[in-house]
Amino acid sequence: MSDHTEQIKTAENGFEPKILVFACNWCTYAGADLAGLSRLEYPPNVRVLRVPCSCRVNPQFVIRAFQRGIDGVLVAGCHPGDCHYTTGNYYTRRRFLLTKRLLDFVGIDSERFHVRWISGAEGPKFQEVVTDITAAIKAIGPNQKLCDYFPTETLLPNEGGDNQ
Amino acid sequence: MKRVGVFICHCGTNIAASVDCAQVAENLKGYPNVVFSTDYKYMCSEPGQEMIKETIKREKLDRVVVASCSPRMHEPTFRRCIADAGLNPYLLEMANIREQCSWVHPHDMERATAKATDLVKMAVAKVSHDAPLAKSFSPVTKRALVVGGGIAGIQTAIDIANNGYQVDILEKQPSIGGKMAQIDKTFPTLDCSACILTPKMVEASSHPNINLITYAELEKVEGYVGNFDVTIRRKARSVDLNKCTGCGTCWGKCPTKVDSEFELGMTKRKAIFTPFPQAIPNKPVIDREHCLKFKTGKCGLCQKICPTGAIDYTQEDELVTTRYGAIVMATGYELFDHSVYGEYGYGKYPDVITGLHFERLINASGPTMGKIKRPSDHTEPKNVVFIKCVGSRDETKGKAYCSRTCCMYTAKQATLVREKIKDSNVYVFYMDVRTPGKGYEEFYNRTTETYGAHYIRGRVSKITQDGDKLRVRGEDTLLGRPVEIEADMVVLATAMVANADAAKIAQLVGFSYDKDDFYTESHPKLAPVETHTAGVFLAGACQGPKDIPDSVAQAGAAAVKVCALLSKDMLETEPITSEVDTKTCAGCGHCVDVCPYHAISLTTIEERLLGQTITRSVANVNTSLCQGCGACTVTCRSSSINLRHFTNEQILAEVDALCQTIQNK
Amino acid sequence: MKYAYYPGCSLDSTGIEFNLSTKAVCKALNVELWEIPDWNCCGSSSAHVTNPYLALGLPARNMAIAEEAGLDVAIPCAACYARSKNVELAVKESDDTRRKVAMMIGREYKGESKARALVDVFYHDLGTEMIKQKVQKPLKGLKVLTYYGCLFVRPTKTAFDDAENPISMDEIMTALGAEVMSWSSKTECCGASLSACKSTVGFPMIEKILDDAQKSGADCIVTACPMCMANLDMRQEQIGKKKGVHYGLPVYYITELLGIALNLPPKSLGIDRHFVPAIDLLNKIEPTTGGGGQ
Repeated sequence: MSDHTEQIKTAENGFEPKILVFACNWCTYAGADLAGLSRLEYPPNVRVLRVPCSCRVNPQFVIRAFQRGIDGVLVAGCHPGDCHYTTGNYYTRRRFLLTKRLLDFVGIDSERFHVRWISGAEGPKFQEVVTDITAAIKAIGPNQKLCDYFPTETLLPNEGGDNQ
Repeated sequence: MKRVGVFICHCGTNIAASVDCAQVAENLKGYPNVVFSTDYKYMCSEPGQEMIKETIKREKLDRVVVASCSPRMHEPTFRRCIADAGLNPYLLEMANIREQCSWVHPHDMERATAKATDLVKMAVAKVSHDAPLAKSFSPVTKRALVVGGGIAGIQTAIDIANNGYQVDILEKQPSIGGKMAQIDKTFPTLDCSACILTPKMVEASSHPNINLITYAELEKVEGYVGNFDVTIRRKARSVDLNKCTGCGTCWGKCPTKVDSEFELGMTKRKAIFTPFPQAIPNKPVIDREHCLKFKTGKCGLCQKICPTGAIDYTQEDELVTTRYGAIVMATGYELFDHSVYGEYGYGKYPDVITGLHFERLINASGPTMGKIKRPSDHTEPKNVVFIKCVGSRDETKGKAYCSRTCCMYTAKQATLVREKIKDSNVYVFYMDVRTPGKGYEEFYNRTTETYGAHYIRGRVSKITQDGDKLRVRGEDTLLGRPVEIEADMVVLATAMVANADAAKIAQLVGFSYDKDDFYTESHPKLAPVETHTAGVFLAGACQGPKDIPDSVAQAGAAAVKVCALLSKDMLETEPITSEVDTKTCAGCGHCVDVCPYHAISLTTIEERLLGQTITRSVANVNTSLCQGCGACTVTCRSSSINLRHFTNEQILAEVDALCQTIQNK
Repeated sequence: MKYAYYPGCSLDSTGIEFNLSTKAVCKALNVELWEIPDWNCCGSSSAHVTNPYLALGLPARNMAIAEEAGLDVAIPCAACYARSKNVELAVKESDDTRRKVAMMIGREYKGESKARALVDVFYHDLGTEMIKQKVQKPLKGLKVLTYYGCLFVRPTKTAFDDAENPISMDEIMTALGAEVMSWSSKTECCGASLSACKSTVGFPMIEKILDDAQKSGADCIVTACPMCMANLDMRQEQIGKKKGVHYGLPVYYITELLGIALNLPPKSLGIDRHFVPAIDLLNKIEPTTGGGGQ
C-alpha cells in the first residue's frame, strides 16, 4: 500500500503514467520505427509490445495489464482494409468495442484504453497518438483499481508458463 | 532455470547518446533468469557477434536478448549469429531501444534509460518462454495455371513455358486472344494488333509445355502455395475436339443466326461457331441457348454433315481437378456500360458507339471490311466526335480513377479517321491529355498537328438526335465558350472496369480486391505482381487499367515470380503458426470461421475415456497455410489454440514484466 | 387527398392562368388544396446569389407553416419547388442548418413536411390510371411536346423524375389522350430571366427551342414552369418576327390541358390570357361522350 501513497505523491508533483502499446508488426510497429527514424520526439511513457497482428491481442491481455497497475493501454494496427492478414483488424475493431464497455463495467475508466489505426507510413501519426494519449492519461491520474491483489512472486518469468 | 544472456548495444552514439547502456546492463544483472549482461559499442559488427557466440558457449546460455535497433532491421542477423553458436534461432528476442527509445527521447537520459530497462526486461520475460522452432518444408508441384487467355495470360504462359515448366491456360471463351484480338491497330506504332497477337496465340497453342483449356471456368480452388488443387469446369462444347478438324462445314450450314459477341452485335454468327476466323483452337462450339437442336429437338444438320463425326449433342460439363504450384490471374477487364449517361443518350442513339465498336468498324476483318460506316445507315461519317473520360474520372456516374489507356486509343482512332476519310473533321472533347509512355506524347502531337484533329478541352453536356445528325453540345473551357458540333458519329472512350465476376473469382481463389473490384497487389511499388496470397500472382488489366505494353511487361514479371517458385523442390514455411491443444479443444469450430487462410479445419480423433474408445471433433491447423496472425487464438474460448513464438504465456509475461516496475517504484 | 399549397409570386402575377387552372383541376380531381396563410416569395434565383441563408430562410417559412398544419406542400411552380425541396433536404441533412434557419424565421422547420411538385403529386399520388378514368374529353389528335426546362427535374438531388429523360408529363399527357412527340429540347434551358436582362444571350436560347419544336411537327408545347411559359409564349412573336417566321405554337400549362380533358371551360382555366392564341387549337378537339369518364 505504501507504493500507492508513493504513486499518488508523484501524481501531485507531476505524475508520469506508464502506457502499454500493443503494436501490430506490419503497420504500427513499422510506424513507430519510422517515427524513430524521423527523430519524432514523444513522451517516454509508452512501451511497445510487438504482436503479429492487432487481432492477436486478447482482451484478457488488456485486463491483465490493468490488474497489474498499468495506467493506459493502446492497441494499434493497420487501417481497416489494409490488414496484412486481410481481415485481422476487423476482429480487433469488434472485440475492443466490447472491451471498452467491459472496462466501464468492471470500473476501469475506459478512457485509459484506446484503439487506433496507424500505418507503416504514419510515423507522425504514431507520435501524435501517443503524445495525445499520454496527456489524456496524465489528466486521469494513476490507475489504482484492482492492482492491490498483486502477488509479486507471479511476476517472475517462471519455468513452465501459466497454462502448461 | 533458464540461462539468458543480455547484450546491450550502443550503436555508436545512436543509442548511447541518450540511453545509459552500461546502466541498463547493470540493471539487468540479477533479474530472474539472466545469468549474463553486458554492453558493447556495435553488437551487429563482426567482433560484437563473435562476443555473443563466445559468451553463449562460455556461459552456457540457452537464450539471448539483444537490445539494439528494430528487429525489423537485424533480427535475421542475430538469429543467424546464435544459430552459429548452436542455439535454435527462435531462442532470440530483441529489445528495440533505438527506433523506439533513444531516437525518440533524446533529451531525457534518465527516463530513456528507465524505458530501455523496461523494454529489455520485457524481452527477457518473453525469451524465457521461447521454445525452439523449426522451419518446415512442403513439396512444390511444378505446374502453373494461368487464368485468362488474353495477351497478358498468353505472354505469362509462354514465358513460364520457355523456362521449362508446364502451364495450363484457362479461358472462358471458346478461343484465346481476349480483347486484343478485337483491336485493329495499336498505339503508338500503328502496327496491326492481329499481326502481333496471332503469332503469340499460335506459339501458345503449339508450345509443348502449354496446355489450352478453353470454354472453361474456375469452379473451386483449394490448397496453398506450391500445391493448389484447382477444379475447372469444362463447359460442354458439343464438339469433340479430338475429332474436329475445324473445316467449317458445320457453321457454313447452320441455319440459326445470332448476334456476334466478338463483333459487338454488328454482325451475325451461327449457333455453331468460332468467335473469329483466327480463333485458337479453331474448332467450334454449339451455343446451346440458340441452337435449334437444343431448343426444339429438330435440326441436327451439323451432325449429319460433319465429315469426321465430331458433333456430340450429349456432351456434358466436365469437372476436372488438377494440382498446380502457382496461379496467375490474368482475367482482364470489361468496358464501362455508358448507358448511365443520359446526356449521351443512354446508349440508345445508334451512332453513339464505344471505342471498341470503332475498333471493329475500322478492322479489315470487321463487319464493314474496314470501311468506317455509321451503324444506323451505313454511310461514311464526315464529322466524328470523340468524347474522353466516359465513366472514368467521374465519381457521380462512373469511376473515380483514370482509365489510363483512353487518351492514347482516342488519339489513335482520331488519326485513323483522318487517314481513312480525307474530308473528315475530327473533334476530341477531353479533360486532360495524358500520354505517359514511350513515344506517346509524340503520337498525340502528330494527331493534332499532322492529322489535324481538333482537341477541345471540356465536357460534353448533351448529345441530341437531330434528324440523321447528332448534335453534340459542350463547353470549350479554354475559350470559355459553349460549342455545338453537328456530328455524324460519336465515339465514347469508355473506361476500363473490372469484370462483373471479378470479385466472385477473387473470393473463390482467395485473395483481395479493391473498391472497384480490381485485384490488389501485395505492395503497390515493391510487389506489384504478387497478391497477399502466397503463390497467386497478377498480370494485366485485372489489377488495374493497363495498355498492351504494360500488360506484357507485367506478364513477364509474373512469369519470373512463378518460375522462382517452381524452381524450388521444397518450400520453407515459417514456423510461427498456430497449434491446437487437443486435450482441451472442444471442437466448436469458431477458429475455423475466423481464419482468413482456411488453414483450420475440424478433424475427428479417437481417444480412451473411462475404459471406452470415443471419437470427438477437434481443430486442426494446416501449418503450410497458417500465416501466423493469431486471430484464432483470441476466438478460442478455452485457450486451446495458441500461436507459436507469440503465445499467451509469452505476452502475459511481457505485460507482467512491464508492470512489475510500477509496483517496485 | 389534402395538401398545403401556395401560388408563389409568378402564379400571382404573370402566371395567373397556372393558378386558376391548378385550383380548378385539383378541385375536379378531388385534391384539396389549403393555401398557406401569409405565404411569401421563395426567393427564386435572386436569393441564393445574394445570401445562402436567405435562400434557405424564405422557402423554409412557407414550409414551416405547412409543417405546423401537418401537411405536405404541393407546389405548381418549378422554381418554388426547387427552392422548397432544397431547404427540406438541407434541414434534414444538418442540425446546424436547421437551427440557423429556425433562428432566422422564428419558427422550427424540421423537414417533416415535404415539398412536392404538383406534377409529382398527379403522377405518383393520383397516378395516370386514375387520371385516365377522370378524362371526359380526350385530347385526341393533339400533338404535344412536353417541355420540362432545365430547373424542373434538376439538380438530380431534388428531382422526382429522370434528369435527362423525364417522363412524368409525357405519361400524364398520354393518359389524357394526346399524342406526345419526341424532341431533343425537352430539358433545355429557356434562358430564364436572361431574355429580360441580356436578350442577346437569352433570345437565341428561346429561338433554338422554338425551332426544335417547329421541326418536330407538334401542335403545341406543354410545360409546368411559369418562367418557361413567359419566355416561350410572350417572346414567341417577337423572336419569330426577327427571323420572319410565324411559329404559331400555343404553350400550355399542364394543368390547362388537364382541365380541358376534364371538360372544364377554357376561360375558367385562363387559357384566354395567353399571348399566342391558345383557345382555337383546343376547340378543334371533338368532345366524345362516354369517353371513359363519369
